[in-house]
Amino acid sequence: MKKLVFALGLIGVSAAAFAQKSSTDSIAEYRAMLQDGNPAELFEAKGEDLWKQKRGPKNASLEKCDLGKGAGVVKGAWVELPRYFSDTGKVQDLESRLVTCMQELQGFNGDEIAKTPFGKGEQSNVTALATWISAESKGMKFNLPQSHVEERKLYEVGKRLFFMRGGSHDFACATCHGQDDKRIRLQDLPNLTKNPGAGNGFGAWPAYRVSNGQMWGAQLRLNDCYRQQRFPYPLFGSEATIALGVYMGVNGKGGEATAPAIKR
Amino acid sequence: MNRKYQIALSAAAVALLTACAAPMPSSADLDKLTQDILGRSFRAQGQAKLDRLTPDEDNSLCAEAERTGVPLDAKVAEAIEARNMKTIKAPADGKYLGDFKEGEKIAQSGAGKTWTDAEGSANGGNCYNCHQISKEELSYGTLGPSLYNYGKIRSALEPNSPVTKAITEYTWGKIQNARAYNACSNMPRFAHKGILTEAQIKHVMALLLDPASPVNK
Repeated sequence: MKKLVFALGLIGVSAAAFAQKSSTDSIAEYRAMLQDGNPAELFEAKGEDLWKQKRGPKNASLEKCDLGKGAGVVKGAWVELPRYFSDTGKVQDLESRLVTCMQELQGFNGDEIAKTPFGKGEQSNVTALATWISAESKGMKFNLPQSHVEERKLYEVGKRLFFMRGGSHDFACATCHGQDDKRIRLQDLPNLTKNPGAGNGFGAWPAYRVSNGQMWGAQLRLNDCYRQQRFPYPLFGSEATIALGVYMGVNGKGGEATAPAIKR
Repeated sequence: MNRKYQIALSAAAVALLTACAAPMPSSADLDKLTQDILGRSFRAQGQAKLDRLTPDEDNSLCAEAERTGVPLDAKVAEAIEARNMKTIKAPADGKYLGDFKEGEKIAQSGAGKTWTDAEGSANGGNCYNCHQISKEELSYGTLGPSLYNYGKIRSALEPNSPVTKAITEYTWGKIQNARAYNACSNMPRFAHKGILTEAQIKHVMALLLDPASPVNK
């Protein structure tokens, strides 16, 4: 932690120099300094424990959970999500699939978990689990399946949602994330319509956010994008957020999974 | 192979074939599916009510052009611009410029209209998120063009000159409703959508066009 505080101090000192240097270089430097002590590791450890621990009304672990590559297979699962699951008849992302497993295997109430605010109760456990599971695919390449018609349909829906302008400011996802080499203030914006932006952007979440000291899963990332777009509140695990995951993940095919990343 | 297993296998094969062979819906059906999914995926929170998802024709046309990569037909673009032009109103008292110092504060602020902003709280303009404006602020976005020296390079600082008048009126309109000049501009429609008040827009105008503003130094 001391190292982290020291690194943050350095960033303060050099902040004024950011814009003169390339902001990309400076921010990459800043992240490299932080990589040494990414607090996401704490969430990874918690997630691994939660996977193996017997919990819930059924006093069972999640070790038989099928994340798409067969019961209990964790490695490589995340780079193929969201995907279609025949048992639920739905395309699911990592977080919504985890809720299904917590309900079916452990006896938790999935609807209640979905309604729980981010960072509270079982939601914080879902985030920790997603952090560990994504870390198990670190360095692997995205390869979301598109063989099932439901997966292909959601890609097309996700694309429509990505370009949809709405809210009080007429913002779409594409307003900020549809072009190369743009930024908001000093923050570089990945172009999520193609690689490398799609793989880099989509492949970084769950991520630890230094600015607020929180671990954010992909669902919360999208939730906060919609907040800033001035849209109403997207429900946890909603079809809209999953469709956007399919759209970005498929666009990111071949890109490298870097989650859990560390962000400003 | 036992019979039960064979039946199960062939049922699985049929299911798989059905899934693979199921045709993709038409583009119109996918549009409809997207609307259905939108209806099921959001809830109202704070001031961000569900009516913010109601399709707006100008937005739907631009979104489709951007998604498909097929530019809008020139006539359609003109119709969008004409519709939006009608929303622009000259200042009630005929004065276009307010206080550039207030304008700078509005340009800096990204607050307003999200579900975490209190209803009725002052909205910012989000200007620096996308534009360079004064030279002192290094943290600016690049989604929009630089506005540094805005009035100066347009020769719009001389009072009572026809150029100043034309640029002033254009800038006023652009901030009120950018889609009147560029059908699919990414810039929010600050007056039309009730983001900034007339008084706030005057302050932002001064930031860009007052000869004493740091923007024109």
